[in-house]
Amino acid sequence: MALQEKYASLLQSANTMGITDLSVAEKDNVLHVSGTAKSSADYDALWALYDKIDPNMASGDLLMNIDVKAEAGAKLKVTTDSTNLNIRSTPSTNGTIVGKAAHDEIVTLVEKTDDSWWKIKTKDGEEGYAYAQYLSPEEA
Amino acid sequence: MKMLRLLSGVVLATTLFMSGCKPKDSEIKANIETALKADAMMAGTTVEVTDGVATISGECKDAECKAHCEKTAAGVKGVKSVINNCNVASVPVMEPTNTPPPASVNTVLDDATQQKVKDGLKDIKGVTVQFEADMAVVSGEVNKADRMKIMQMLASAKVKSDVSKLMDKK
Repeated sequence: MALQEKYASLLQSANTMGITDLSVAEKDNVLHVSGTAKSSADYDALWALYDKIDPNMASGDLLMNIDVKAEAGAKLKVTTDSTNLNIRSTPSTNGTIVGKAAHDEIVTLVEKTDDSWWKIKTKDGEEGYAYAQYLSPEEA
Repeated sequence: MKMLRLLSGVVLATTLFMSGCKPKDSEIKANIETALKADAMMAGTTVEVTDGVATISGECKDAECKAHCEKTAAGVKGVKSVINNCNVASVPVMEPTNTPPPASVNTVLDDATQQKVKDGLKDIKGVTVQFEADMAVVSGEVNKADRMKIMQMLASAKVKSDVSKLMDKK
């Protein structure tokens, strides 16, 4: 219970934001929190809060697997620093590159293959898997 | 010709008679069981015999034991063939301990998970990762934004983090 107290304000915010399927469990001294945020803004706010409670997120005592709500067909923004995002044939960097999406380009979600890789389609019709970390769902 | 037919009749009768003399399945089974029980490592096995075909099943601790079971059963009188259905006990998963042996091999994270983490770190320069127990140990120097990305990526891959060696870029 100690960790739930440490991150109480974060959990409170998650509730207030209406994170869906919110799950909180403490196991082996790590707090596992998962759920789906309504927007990228909510997602960013939760992570900022995490960093505030646990400076530099250095304790390694929170595993916050929060997803941002995005259905197939949703618009996603490519959030690489400046480079192109590779689109691959399989959900792994071992997959051959079948296309690229530019920084800040808007692509379409085909399916959330898993938490790390999403299948996307560019406006030019290139389809394949890209690393979800660099894709941010746009506000509907 | 008559003689020949008679002879073949005798041969046939003898064959039938002889086969009747062979050990019964139940006797073969008992003999195999005795032989298997004689060695403690094969004690977890059972055997069934049908028409001289012995089927061994049960648990063996390793492949050597399994082969030995088969050899033992095949050596019993009356056994025509052996069907070896023994399971080799799976090697227990190594649990992380308090005194970990040398790194990298000492992880319970599967290859796909490790790959996900490596994929995620690929574009973040100056950072390396090692896997220990159920954690990704990330080291190097990063700015605030990259640190956030690393933590988010690890959370998505459901991997615990040790960032004690991850320094802030000056």
